[in-house]
Amino acid sequence: MTVQTQNGPHEAPDPLAAIGENIKACMQCGTCTGSCANSGAMDYTPRELWRMVQLGLSDEIFASKTFWLCSSCYFCTLRCPRGLPLTEAMAALKRLAIAQGKWKEKKSTKFYLTFLDNVRRYGRVREMDLMTRYFLSLKNPLTPMGFTPLGVKLMVKGKLSMQLPNLFSAGKLDALYRKVREVEGRS
Amino acid sequence: MKYFYYPGCSLEGTAQEYDASTRAVMRALGAELVAVADWTCCGASAGEAVSHLLSLALPARNLALAEQSAIDADMLVPCSACYLNLKKVEEHTRRDGTLLATINEVLAEEGLSCTNTVKVRHLLDVLARDIGARTVQAKVVRPLTGVTIAPYYGCQCLRPYEVFDDPQQPTSMEPLIEALGATVLPWQMGAQCCGAGLMTTKKETALERVSVLLQAARGADCIATVCPMCQMNLDSYQAKISRMNAENLAVSVLYLPQLMGLAFGLPEKTLKLHLNFAYAQSLKGKMSALRHAAEAQQTAVGSEQ
Repeated sequence: MTVQTQNGPHEAPDPLAAIGENIKACMQCGTCTGSCANSGAMDYTPRELWRMVQLGLSDEIFASKTFWLCSSCYFCTLRCPRGLPLTEAMAALKRLAIAQGKWKEKKSTKFYLTFLDNVRRYGRVREMDLMTRYFLSLKNPLTPMGFTPLGVKLMVKGKLSMQLPNLFSAGKLDALYRKVREVEGRS
Repeated sequence: MKYFYYPGCSLEGTAQEYDASTRAVMRALGAELVAVADWTCCGASAGEAVSHLLSLALPARNLALAEQSAIDADMLVPCSACYLNLKKVEEHTRRDGTLLATINEVLAEEGLSCTNTVKVRHLLDVLARDIGARTVQAKVVRPLTGVTIAPYYGCQCLRPYEVFDDPQQPTSMEPLIEALGATVLPWQMGAQCCGAGLMTTKKETALERVSVLLQAARGADCIATVCPMCQMNLDSYQAKISRMNAENLAVSVLYLPQLMGLAFGLPEKTLKLHLNFAYAQSLKGKMSALRHAAEAQQTAVGSEQ
């Protein structure tokens, strides 16, 4: 597969194939599916997903919500008889979906990106600021309502920091983030 | 005993009671906690979903800060998610020197470097192996007699790295709970997932995970946790899940060091028990009965003398 990269249209290593390389020894035994607490909510089971990755079925993979439902419990990784890094491969699919703009899961994507932006700004997570920006990014007034009861309870207990947002000054981890982007762009 | 202490973001916010009780209990046990000055977030579950390098550079920054202080100590981490992220740096770079060099190229922006010499340890690991049930038992002044506790380990302190316990059938909490004078609830759910971050992004699925756990904990006065994410998921949605199941599934969910602190006779205020949503009547009642019994005994001893 030819991937368009910022370096031009030349033949670039296919990132999906790189994930496939890590799980190419999968023999479809299904131990991962049997170990997965969330497989019932997935459209493809983990075993099916790994076959799709082996076959490079990019469109089907990124239309699926399976990898967004991985809660990183590491049971599949622990039990895989071939010793494959399956939980890491789930994370790699999330990364690829976000990087290539192929995400169908707006909530997950926006949450992860908003979270890391919050860390870049402040160094540590400020939950109130994080959730406010997350809800704004979703542009759906109904989503916050599901979290209102918890938010109110946390506020009553004094568990949410009420610091004013830092809008204009430099972020605490700007330099580190910039360097990560630079190094990643190089490879 | 001296440890670097990495609390992580949750322990400054939604899990303040975990931070307070960990500090209080470690002090009571004679361990010294050295703060990692200027620590920052470990990247949580967002880091690896966005950038592999960032997900390692963020925790590595904290290990590098600890190294800078030139104290020979392990790093104590109470949060399981932080623990795993920090541990991943240790595990990945041990096998891959090039990766360590790349991480250090990033850290050089902050004038830092990581040589992978600080060992990352989960709080439960330190309690179970460095301190041990016998030392814990010696500190108990108010045994939790008649209190049944379900030991809940969650995922990331157990898996994927097999460090201090069986990753599928963990038992390390049991001798500690018994040392407090409490009874361990026999159950099979100690290592099952609470849904973790899905509570924010895939709520229905996470609620199902918690529902299964709360149902299995029937008969316990309390679930003991060692992770702020597990505690929050188990603690915050009990009314909703009880409605879903048409059954009252309310149960206290306390951090292990909070329970230890109670048995050590530390004030509830120090352990910040008022911050847990689920500190339910069954446990509260038993705790106040135990307190009254202890006080009555003290008075009796006092009048005899």
